[in-house]
Amino acid sequence: MGSVEKETKVFDSEAASSMVKELRGEFLSGKTRSYEWRVTQLKNILKMSEDREQDIVKALHSDLTKPELESSIYEISMLKNACTLAIKKLKQWMKPEKVKTSLTSFPSSAEIVSEPLGVVLVISPWNYPFLLSIDPVVGAIAAGNAVVLKPSEVAPATSSLLAKLVGEYLDNTLIRVVEGAVAETSALLEQKWDKICYTGNGRVGRIVMAAAAKHLTPVLLELGGKCPAVVDSIINLKVAARRIVAGKWGCNSGQTCVAVDYILTTKDVALKLVDALKHELEGFYGKNQLESKDLSRIVNLNHFDRLTKLLDEDKVSGKIVHGGERDKANLKIAPTILLDVPQDSLIMNEEIFGPLLPIFTVEKVESSFDVINSGTKPLAAYLFTDNKKLKEQFVMAVSAGGLVINDTVIHLAVDTLPFGGVQESGMGAYHGKFSFDAFSHKKGVLYRSFAGDAPVRYPPYTKGKLAFMKALMSGSILGVICALIGLSKN
Amino acid sequence: MEKLENSLGELRQCFRSGRTRSVAWRKNQLRAVLKLIHDKEDVIFEVLQQDLGKHPVESYRDEIGVVKKSANYALSNIKKWMAPKKQHVPLLFFPSKGEVLPEPYGVVLIFGSWNFPISVALDPLIGAISAGNAVVIKPSEQAPACSSFLANILPLYLDDSAIKVILGGAYESEQLLQHKWDKIFFTGSPRVASQVMTAAAKHLTPVTLELGGKCPAILDSLSSPSDMKVAVKRIVGGKWGACNGQACIGIDYVLVEDKFKSTLIEILQKFIKKFYGENPRNSGSISRIINKNHFERLRNLLEDPVVADSIVHGGSLDEETLYIEPTILLNPPLNADIMNEEIFGPLLPIITVDNIRESIDFINSRPKPLAIYAFTKDETFKRQILAETSSGSVTFNDVLVQFLCDALPFGGVGQSGIGRYHGKYSFDTFSHEKAVMQRAFFPELEPRYPPWNEFKLKFIRLAYNFDYLGILLLMLNLKR
Repeated sequence: MGSVEKETKVFDSEAASSMVKELRGEFLSGKTRSYEWRVTQLKNILKMSEDREQDIVKALHSDLTKPELESSIYEISMLKNACTLAIKKLKQWMKPEKVKTSLTSFPSSAEIVSEPLGVVLVISPWNYPFLLSIDPVVGAIAAGNAVVLKPSEVAPATSSLLAKLVGEYLDNTLIRVVEGAVAETSALLEQKWDKICYTGNGRVGRIVMAAAAKHLTPVLLELGGKCPAVVDSIINLKVAARRIVAGKWGCNSGQTCVAVDYILTTKDVALKLVDALKHELEGFYGKNQLESKDLSRIVNLNHFDRLTKLLDEDKVSGKIVHGGERDKANLKIAPTILLDVPQDSLIMNEEIFGPLLPIFTVEKVESSFDVINSGTKPLAAYLFTDNKKLKEQFVMAVSAGGLVINDTVIHLAVDTLPFGGVQESGMGAYHGKFSFDAFSHKKGVLYRSFAGDAPVRYPPYTKGKLAFMKALMSGSILGVICALIGLSKN
Repeated sequence: MEKLENSLGELRQCFRSGRTRSVAWRKNQLRAVLKLIHDKEDVIFEVLQQDLGKHPVESYRDEIGVVKKSANYALSNIKKWMAPKKQHVPLLFFPSKGEVLPEPYGVVLIFGSWNFPISVALDPLIGAISAGNAVVIKPSEQAPACSSFLANILPLYLDDSAIKVILGGAYESEQLLQHKWDKIFFTGSPRVASQVMTAAAKHLTPVTLELGGKCPAILDSLSSPSDMKVAVKRIVGGKWGACNGQACIGIDYVLVEDKFKSTLIEILQKFIKKFYGENPRNSGSISRIINKNHFERLRNLLEDPVVADSIVHGGSLDEETLYIEPTILLNPPLNADIMNEEIFGPLLPIITVDNIRESIDFINSRPKPLAIYAFTKDETFKRQILAETSSGSVTFNDVLVQFLCDALPFGGVGQSGIGRYHGKYSFDTFSHEKAVMQRAFFPELEPRYPPWNEFKLKFIRLAYNFDYLGILLLMLNLKR
């Protein structure tokens, strides 16, 4: 018997090009323009998330050992909310926005029309592989685009589930999933897209933007950074500690773009904070935190090694005040707190993206702001304080994608707030209506009549016309009249 | 090179000091811009005449007037624009405050262009200042008198530790692009824009690119002869009236039904004569071609004999004075350069179609332009154009005026650009919109925290649905 060879089709540049061509053809047919098409796809995404919740939870557990509650809530419920909002508001979002016109273009009327950009590419990361794949897709569909989704190969179970679900529930003539790694992503990035949305790290973000630059494609880059939590001396240290724990280890074991990366506080608060954190950690995850089922594991060996390297650096290995245990076989690192790490340590200079929480102490709490501003702008920054003046200073002085006072991470659930970074943490924003806008072109439309034609507009040009022009442009009716009757108003 | 490093260091220092953040500073700079263009109006007329042969009326309408309007608009609105915008926060998070606070990006770079060398430098500057940034302007070396003017005069009126003009050509631009900027605003061609964006990508610098494209004018059948006259008059204004065709939103070509071509050409010729006289070279009311390079480029467009054959009006050129006569072509070959590159000059191709609705496919088979103009009274056709074509903007029954409407975003899509400005959009394009949420310590939502159990899962599901009644019932331990 001869061996049976399975022909695996390589997704190369040619395949990518022909797929984009096909999608563009379908897009130009006008199908995505209709409200009905968009709402149907959104409703199907909702149905998909509800019907297949267990499959999704299972895939997330396989990829990240994500606890069921984190999957159901942080991924699936968040996504369902985005869908529900879009379905509810789409008619309103799609309506042209009437705007005021001025004397200079009288008589006229004007409006801003939202139109889809065309064929868009969404590249998603491994840490919230379901949410961060489908959430941008929801925005793209609401805005009437054709979409290609490239999920992360580092979360393979979710990637293959997404390919399957999109195939089953959505209109494949306009919405596709391409699975793969560097080769497939490169093939996709060579093509001309009408928008690219990338969520991930700054290094790849640069590659995506450079590829987009060749075709003058606009980009939405959701990156990360070292999101600090400044802790002032406060009455309610216990609540602050709980919210920090929730916003660090409770978010995929710290593998979250807006997770608390490190703490900035004064020496006297630091010790009390460590105790409070230890207390809450035990309350949440028990005494043996390494084995808690309510904590995600580290996604893969690469990242496990990266994180242990941060812990094992000479400068910091003696600074561990809690945790530090690891289980390589199961890719687990216990919630770890380090106190008084030096500013030039590795752990204070790269985005941690894991369950290690360094506490960096400063002389007075205001100095924290300088420490934060000496680094690159993060996606989020947090402050715990009772002091009104400190809050105001923080909001004015610290530049980040978003700020939260007296809590962590929770601003992501408020869809009236744009979610995006600045500088190193990204460009553009989405969530709520911002998602619709991110994937739309806002076209200005001016309606004029044939009447109302000032001869001043046309050559031959004269001094009189100059005076009239000045008056007209300044919007001054009196000036216009004066110029008309030959008087110059200066 | 060192001088550049020092200048940039100074700007960064100035921004960090917080000086550009205050309302007072921003308003003072805006007033200074107004004073500058008021005091130096005659000088500006002079340098525009030198670089482009622009008549003062054009210079006022397209450059000085635009800057004045923008500065005044910014001054009246800046406090409002700077204020944080409150956002609704769901009851679930009570008591919480949510708002969006605009903040300056930091140190921004503005590339000017040569065709509107004053307004394309100062109009974005107004946006950058309003938003509280420190700025470098790099004017186009192809408009040398205007660039020198900006370099010499701006420091006399504006805060030159926060706003600088750097002169130079391609080399200096490259040097500038090696550095890390917090935002880059570029007006120019797609080719250079791509290089700018590629350089920006190295530092993850956001960009606004104001490009151009082949902006078509669709001329539908107009039953009233006076409407037809007005339409064609506006087409002439929209082609040769703005920097002699060298404008990003200038009409590039016209689409018309075959049966109207003769009428169109006749009326075009009539108005060309009315506006520019028998010999437009002597009119004084039409700008000249910017330089030899572009003159050659335009001349080459006419070189192809089949293209030359399609000329129905004009076509004469004078290398010495960089003069090209207003030229009309009828159906040049569609594969010729003149129908595939942005013309950016005084050559107007007329493309005829059997049915005006074919214009839509014609336009769609080409890159998205910055503007589409359509002269029509047919409401269905208007809706079709809006729904089935894509461009930066669409203007019905006129040309160019959308540029003056501050409530409309001015920017392209696809090959015609990324981002937008004018009015509040100028402020926004140079701002980062920072989300700010304020929470209280009390009350605490226990179900947020592990250890997880059925109750907490139920609670959170209801919470995500903002199902407050359900939550209440759950808390009271009642089943629904």
